[in-house]
Amino acid sequence: MMNRMDCLKILAKHVTDEIVVATYSSATDWMAINDRPLNYFAFGAMGLASSHGLGLALARPEKRVIVLDGDGSLLMNLGTLVTIGAVQPKNFVHFVGHNGSYEANGGAPLPNRDVDFAAMARAAGIASCHTFTELSDFEAKVGDVIKAEGPVFADLLIEQGPLSNRDYSEMHSAARREAFREALDAGM
Amino acid sequence: MDDKIKDPAADAAEQLSGGEIIAAIKDAGVEYVLSVPDLHTSYGLLMPIADDPDLKLIRVCKEDECLGISAGLSYGDKRALILIQYTGFLYAQNAIRAMAAEQKKPICLMIGLLGKPPGVAPQDAKRIGVRAVEPYLDFMGIPRQLIETDEDLPVIAPAIDDAYKNQHPTAFLIGRRPVAP
Repeated sequence: MMNRMDCLKILAKHVTDEIVVATYSSATDWMAINDRPLNYFAFGAMGLASSHGLGLALARPEKRVIVLDGDGSLLMNLGTLVTIGAVQPKNFVHFVGHNGSYEANGGAPLPNRDVDFAAMARAAGIASCHTFTELSDFEAKVGDVIKAEGPVFADLLIEQGPLSNRDYSEMHSAARREAFREALDAGM
Repeated sequence: MDDKIKDPAADAAEQLSGGEIIAAIKDAGVEYVLSVPDLHTSYGLLMPIADDPDLKLIRVCKEDECLGISAGLSYGDKRALILIQYTGFLYAQNAIRAMAAEQKKPICLMIGLLGKPPGVAPQDAKRIGVRAVEPYLDFMGIPRQLIETDEDLPVIAPAIDDAYKNQHPTAFLIGRRPVAP
């Protein structure tokens, strides 16, 4: 079992000019580690981070898109795996923080925390699938994972994070979206 | 004139051409069509779109996926049309609220009103779901156009163009089954 912050700190060492799409708890943790213009936050309609990411990957094929999803979020939009498996975006990497709970909503458990997301993704047509349970393994492989030909899916088995209230308002703002667009248009 | 004999010209005036709808969305610069199949538009629109080399069709599993994909595409100035049935429109209300109503993304919805007889206003339809579409759009502040015959088609391209240029959503309600090209 890993800690999400630890995973994201390791990931941040490998992120350069990629678009990072993050949602809810992953978003606030990622912001604390790596606040940058090419962060895109998917709030307001839970479950759609990977759909936003797919649109961005198609719109910007010259960029790699890394999605930081949650397990509760993914369960609200499981069909996305089938859609991504059909579209096969080569520049798309989908991480899921798998802690078995709706952490952003107070920590209530998922209907089944032991669901095998990597198996689901593979069955949906995503050939490159991983499950990480140990930080050392994640640290050794994540650099290759985010550079591999997509679509790539990786399930990160993590412990539940703090249940304190998180403030999404700034990340959810129009100014943040505009800064993201400006960064893209500037070729960052 | 015997009222049982239909005027061929009247028939022509009352048809809705799928080919002309496709031409209109191409005129608007639409590159992607995001869709869950709808019996109302499958034969006249979706199947011809799938065969059209100028359009990229993404078949999604649930309608709210379309909202996220369309929002993402807009950051590469890629225009998309969301082709769904009114039931899917109702299903996707939370995503429509977030992306279209609150974030004012250029979300372009083409909604099939399955079960609405041609010539009957949506608010007078038997099906409660069909009757709900216009009030939901109005509540969300999304401009809407009823597309019932070929005479309605000229509004499509300018409305999509305006949605993208001025960053707001727009909706077209397909009031009768389009005829395949």
